[in-house]
Amino acid sequence: MKRLTIIITCSFFSFITWAQDNSNGTIQGDFNLSTQSYYEDPAINAEKVDEFILMNAYSNIRYNKGNFTAGVRFESYLNVLQGFESNFNGNGIPYRFAQYNVNGLDITVGNFYEQFGNGLIFRSYEEKTLGIDNVMDGVRLKYSPLKGLSLKGFVATQRLFWEQGPGIIRGFDADLNLNEAISSLESSKTNAIIGGSFVSRFQDDNNPVFNLPENVAAYAIRSTVNRGKISFNTEYAYKYNDPAGGITYNNFAPGSALMTNLSYSQRGLGIMLEAHRVDNMDYRSKRGGTGKELTLNYIPAISKQHAYTLAAFYPFATQPLGELGFQGEINYTFKKKSKLGGKYGTQVAVNYSRINGLNGGPSELTINRDHTPMFFSVINEELYFRDLNFDLKKKVSKKVKVMLNYLDVIYNKDVIEGKIIGKNVHARIGIAEVNYKIKPKHTLRSEFQYLSVDKSEEYYKDQGDWVMGLVEYTFSPHWFFAFVDQYNGGYTSEGKTYEAVHYLNISCGYSKGTNRFELGYGKVREGIFCVGGVCRNVPSSNGFTLNITSSF
Amino acid sequence: MKKLLIFTAFLSFSLLSFSQNRTLPKVDLKTLDNNTFNTSDFDNDGKPIVISFWATWCKPCIKELNNIAEVYEDWQDETGVKVIAISIDDARNMSKVKPKVNALLWDYEVYCDPNGELKRAMGVGSVPHTFLLNENKEIVYQHTGYKDGDEFDLFKKIEALSK
Repeated sequence: MKRLTIIITCSFFSFITWAQDNSNGTIQGDFNLSTQSYYEDPAINAEKVDEFILMNAYSNIRYNKGNFTAGVRFESYLNVLQGFESNFNGNGIPYRFAQYNVNGLDITVGNFYEQFGNGLIFRSYEEKTLGIDNVMDGVRLKYSPLKGLSLKGFVATQRLFWEQGPGIIRGFDADLNLNEAISSLESSKTNAIIGGSFVSRFQDDNNPVFNLPENVAAYAIRSTVNRGKISFNTEYAYKYNDPAGGITYNNFAPGSALMTNLSYSQRGLGIMLEAHRVDNMDYRSKRGGTGKELTLNYIPAISKQHAYTLAAFYPFATQPLGELGFQGEINYTFKKKSKLGGKYGTQVAVNYSRINGLNGGPSELTINRDHTPMFFSVINEELYFRDLNFDLKKKVSKKVKVMLNYLDVIYNKDVIEGKIIGKNVHARIGIAEVNYKIKPKHTLRSEFQYLSVDKSEEYYKDQGDWVMGLVEYTFSPHWFFAFVDQYNGGYTSEGKTYEAVHYLNISCGYSKGTNRFELGYGKVREGIFCVGGVCRNVPSSNGFTLNITSSF
Repeated sequence: MKKLLIFTAFLSFSLLSFSQNRTLPKVDLKTLDNNTFNTSDFDNDGKPIVISFWATWCKPCIKELNNIAEVYEDWQDETGVKVIAISIDDARNMSKVKPKVNALLWDYEVYCDPNGELKRAMGVGSVPHTFLLNENKEIVYQHTGYKDGDEFDLFKKIEALSK
């Protein structure tokens, strides 16, 4: 690893030197720093940290000249912020690569991110704010032997904090655009793309009791068909048995996933319908891995991703062990000068999603995984999640814009968080946002959000009701000031009573071009946080925060 | 420690050749119909191009593109500028991009970068992140985040380019 870093670094130098004869190539990079101090705060379960200040930082540098690109990322966690795994502590260069293209053959050595199809059997990605980075390390080739056909293949291991997972992963993917490949279809109104992928993991079997397969494969086939306003996309994936090994129950069942979505859209109107069925699809580069570690595949959640803080309070996460989900969404714009559109037009959206467990299938709560769930059933299945939400955006006058949101959510805490409560949470959330343009570059924005949980016996009250208010003043292009308060009225859980608490937070920021500084103080509840014109995921905390981002 | 030394050496070296204009990296994207499209085919006949990274779940991003949409016709008449909106939505939301763009009446060229390749190649951390390209498709200006009114500054820079 160290030697490869040196070789790649040297190759940078030589390329740069070589390049100076004619043109220099280009260099580009970014820098990101988050630091925070922590205070002990029993009211929100915040603990004091010994270091007083914690820090996450990283910087990417890329060099590109013609068909050659190389890059490194330096990461520093001294020590890692709360809410992230402590295994990240330290400094290092976990990402370095060189990539070049020779007559259409694209070669990457070192680290790379890749995704096959929708990611059902393979997706390597990073999401720094969530502490996810399962980058691959090895060799990847991409080639297009004829028009419309693209091939990808790789052999690599996967990042696990500062080390690599035990599995060797081999993958191959092909994508064929029929209209480009077959000349007689070129002018066809129907456009079709088909694709397939294969991934296999090798890991030694050292288990004295079970005879575990050392090679575990998965494959997927997919297609996309477009005709005029209609678009249809589907993918099926199958995973051969991948026993967790060394544990007492039998887990020799194979896995499968089927996802499909249909959309219709024309100017002013968009409709999307989606469904998926997932069964035993936890696939990692380590047999029986847990948590966020070493995940090889990604099954997209079938619910809407909300950006308002309280709307994102009860988010759904795909249950790779098994689920059956549906989602539908309609987006519509009432035209300007129409009855409902008014002077400036009105944008509305309705979204509904529902996710159930598989009948006879496994879940966090049923231990037996040697199973044959029913393919499709609407009775006796456990409800995992349901969300019905409305969204309205309206410009009322030259100066005022209003946004309204309403959600009705049922959330199965048992399954989604792995906690045994026995009842679902039923929450209703209402949000109003008003933008007031004081002068062309001065805007006052305020949000009022209310989350109310169903108090009837049938439902779990969780942490009770929440109220949130936000006032933000922006002065384009440089400054913003924001004041947020999230208030919880107090609740009793597992015999313990929690006092009412205000999560007060004040922040301000300055940005110029791509340099952005943000200073905050106060208490923050974890979740998606949009302030000062950007959205981020934040863990809960109490203290000072300083974030600096830059790119060039 | 050794690693850090190499890194620092490399950084200082990179700053030497930092002064020149960056061109657009060559990366494959997806069109809204799932076809492949390479960034080297971005074209606006020598007129300015704005590239804006956004996501269906990002409020400031949609606000920025909605606000530009209101004045886009005027911008085009005056400067010939083209706006290209790159969605960084992953498989979870990618199927929502086309219906959303259509419903919002955006007249931009829209592509998806589900694997984050262009995003990484252009140093985009959080969205929104907007770039301005000159006639040689070199990056001459960029900014992150969006505040109401930011589009006025962007337009001034576009005007300067088109003179």
